[in-house]
Amino acid sequence: MIEIENLSKSFTLHNQGGAVIPVMTGATLRVAPGECVALTGQSGAGKSTLMRMIYGNYLAAGGSLRVGGLDVTRATPREIIALRRETLGYVSQFLRVVPRVPTRAVVAEPLLALGRPAEEAFARAETLLRELNIPERLWGLSPTTFSGGEQQRVNIARGFAHDYPALLLDEPTASLDAVNREVVLRLIEGAKARGAAIIGIFHDEAARARVADREIDVTEFTPRKAA
Amino acid sequence: MEGALSILSKEKQQDGPLLRVEGLSKFYGGRIGCADVSFDLWPGEVLGIVGESGSGKSTLLSCLAGHLSPDRGEVIYAGRDTVTMPEPERRMLGRTDWAFVHQNPRDGLRMGVSAGGNVGERLMAVGARNYGAIRETASDWLGRVEISPGRIDDRPRQFSGGMQQRLQIARNLVTGPKLVFMDEPTGGLDVSVQARLLDLLRGLVRDMGLAVIIVTHDLAVARLLAHRLMVMKDGRVIEAGLTDQVLDDPQAAYTQLLVSSVLQV
Repeated sequence: MIEIENLSKSFTLHNQGGAVIPVMTGATLRVAPGECVALTGQSGAGKSTLMRMIYGNYLAAGGSLRVGGLDVTRATPREIIALRRETLGYVSQFLRVVPRVPTRAVVAEPLLALGRPAEEAFARAETLLRELNIPERLWGLSPTTFSGGEQQRVNIARGFAHDYPALLLDEPTASLDAVNREVVLRLIEGAKARGAAIIGIFHDEAARARVADREIDVTEFTPRKAA
Repeated sequence: MEGALSILSKEKQQDGPLLRVEGLSKFYGGRIGCADVSFDLWPGEVLGIVGESGSGKSTLLSCLAGHLSPDRGEVIYAGRDTVTMPEPERRMLGRTDWAFVHQNPRDGLRMGVSAGGNVGERLMAVGARNYGAIRETASDWLGRVEISPGRIDDRPRQFSGGMQQRLQIARNLVTGPKLVFMDEPTGGLDVSVQARLLDLLRGLVRDMGLAVIIVTHDLAVARLLAHRLMVMKDGRVIEAGLTDQVLDDPQAAYTQLLVSSVLQV
């Protein structure tokens, strides 16, 4: 489902003397449907960078990166938008929403974007919010005023609203209490069971051990400093 | 309502982009207004044009919408070049398939005419004659842009800035356009009012399948509303791509400077 070959990335800082900073080289990995791969490596090793490249948020410098058959490194914006709508979900660490939009609508939006009927989309949103223990009195409010843990759960609900065939999860259990952590791990297991290919970053070692089938240390893809 | 008013055949719009722009250029004497702009726009897509004042983004928008005539290039809408199209046809397009939302609601509204009249007028321009039906549609649209139908007989000058802007949007969308041009639609509004307008616009884009070209200097607005961005400088497009990619991994020196100059987008 996700096939990455010899992927590289560098940043060119034009306004700082044109410095070119290579951050990744030779990244290669494959994730099959129903499989969860955990990215490991110390902070700054490039876990989030790799995830952002898969999502089309960062441009690749070289190599290939296929999600559901589409080469993200060569795809047009329009193709990536369709990929994100239908195939590839992403639970980031931060919730970015239009202020004022009620939580219920934030979670239902991925389904509405797919053209699903409003009743179905909102019913699914409410089921997820309930599962994730967001009190019903908050559903009509914008999540911008919520606590960090509540925002994270709204973000997860949104990421799991549609059954994406591929999912990227950046620290999905961070800042959650034991009860909600368990809910999220079950959601991940459920997604695997229905055949989703998942790439995750988990600092939570127990969570990683439970849901990940394999680990990939991205330090292998960190460019060596030229001596 | 929509479609029935379209003056161009539907079949032509099924496959391929709604708008195809090729090598569009406009010069003011020896000075560049905009140069060599090319892009495609598909139904349901929101394209943001960003850049500083004087970058040519408003000139480009005016050329696209037919308010200025470009010196070179093509603007192909549903298979027809709107640059070479006879003026009456282009004006008809502006009343049916296209809409234009100005930064200042005063430029897009008739300030001496009631709110209902402002919305109804555009319907009448495309042939609606039944007073009851026009008033009913106008009232429905006021509701959709969150203006109480009880204010249908009030003049826009009795409205707040945010309400005026929402009224302008209702006036523009009542005829079911397919392509909407917007020039800094949230400029000059309070932040909280901006958020409400952004939410409204996103819903309308999704529900009506609108294609939108929005000019803004506000990168936060661009991020929340646009699927794709074009960054302009000195009349030229210097970078284009997926909105979050352009903002999070800008490639051109100018875009990097633009993005890093903003506090938080």
